[in-house]
Amino acid sequence: MEETKIQIKDFFSRFFDVDNLADDIDIFANGYVNSLFAMQLISWIEKEFSVAVEDDDLQLTNFNSVNAITGFIERKSSIVA
Amino acid sequence: MDIIGVIGAGVMGQGLAQDLAQHGYQVLLNDISEEILDDAKRRIKQNLRAQRMLGNTSESGETTDQIMARITTSTTLDFLSDAQFVVENVTEKWDIKKEIYPQIDKICRDDVVFAVNTSAISITKVGSLTNRPEKVLGIHFMNPVPMKNTVELIQGYHTSEESLETARQFLSGFNKESVLVNDAPGFVSNRVLMLTINEAAYLVQDGVADAADVDKIFINCFGHTMGPLATADLIGLDTILYSVEVLYESFNDSKYRPCPLLKKMVDAGLHGCKNGQGFFKY
Repeated sequence: MEETKIQIKDFFSRFFDVDNLADDIDIFANGYVNSLFAMQLISWIEKEFSVAVEDDDLQLTNFNSVNAITGFIERKSSIVA
Repeated sequence: MDIIGVIGAGVMGQGLAQDLAQHGYQVLLNDISEEILDDAKRRIKQNLRAQRMLGNTSESGETTDQIMARITTSTTLDFLSDAQFVVENVTEKWDIKKEIYPQIDKICRDDVVFAVNTSAISITKVGSLTNRPEKVLGIHFMNPVPMKNTVELIQGYHTSEESLETARQFLSGFNKESVLVNDAPGFVSNRVLMLTINEAAYLVQDGVADAADVDKIFINCFGHTMGPLATADLIGLDTILYSVEVLYESFNDSKYRPCPLLKKMVDAGLHGCKNGQGFFKY
């Protein structure tokens, strides 16, 4: 879980400064990111964690913070396993 | 009108194909290689998914796959024989555009209107490549197409009122409004915008201010949403350079001379958002 969080923050750091970014902060509501980021985030999650993001998964609450993304990846991975 | 030909699957062609498919149009998307078309479809799909995630879903509640299924691709122009309206979005280079029109003039039905999606090329000159100059007009879509709902509609020397009306009907089908302007290099938008961007590049080149500060002045002092250099990155620096070069050649006026820094950046492969580096990093 901690490793996943590090990977997510590492990805985030390509787009914005992640120093002092709390795991539960809403990156969309707080203006850290734009739609270009959203596009790349989904592709990155699919590739990096080998999970399929379905249409029904495409809700902001699954992707709007480090915690949300970590939880999403864990749920998806456990379904596959 | 529900089958639309879209020639060129670059940034504009992708945005247009996506927007049209989201509004129920069947799209025939053409480009020169399967790789480009596959990449275009991948990017369109990514964009649709990002929109869905950000809550901007199509009202019809369709799935991404249902929307994507409306986009048919081909590396040859022959499938445009089924098109009822054609928008051409290839690179802003005359040598490339001039090869397309005589071909589609033969392939497409006689009643089909051709829209040149250009920011700088002469609509009248494009019309002269066909036997239907009254059916050739310009539509200058803004980027990103799905988010920008007003376009410049350009009347060439021979463009008929009937063709303009057909274009307006086509545009209203995906909620676009138009402002009619006459055919002149750069029309209204780019004659001003390209000169501004080019001059902003000179400011960076001359060390008057760095890119971030140039943009900051436009955003904070003038209330613009984006500064000229971030706008240049979004459009693509290669496209900006072509557009400035076209203005320079069209007017033969040195005020449009392309900034050497802009040329150098394009030569170095710094094309802006689309490949991650322009005046800013992405």
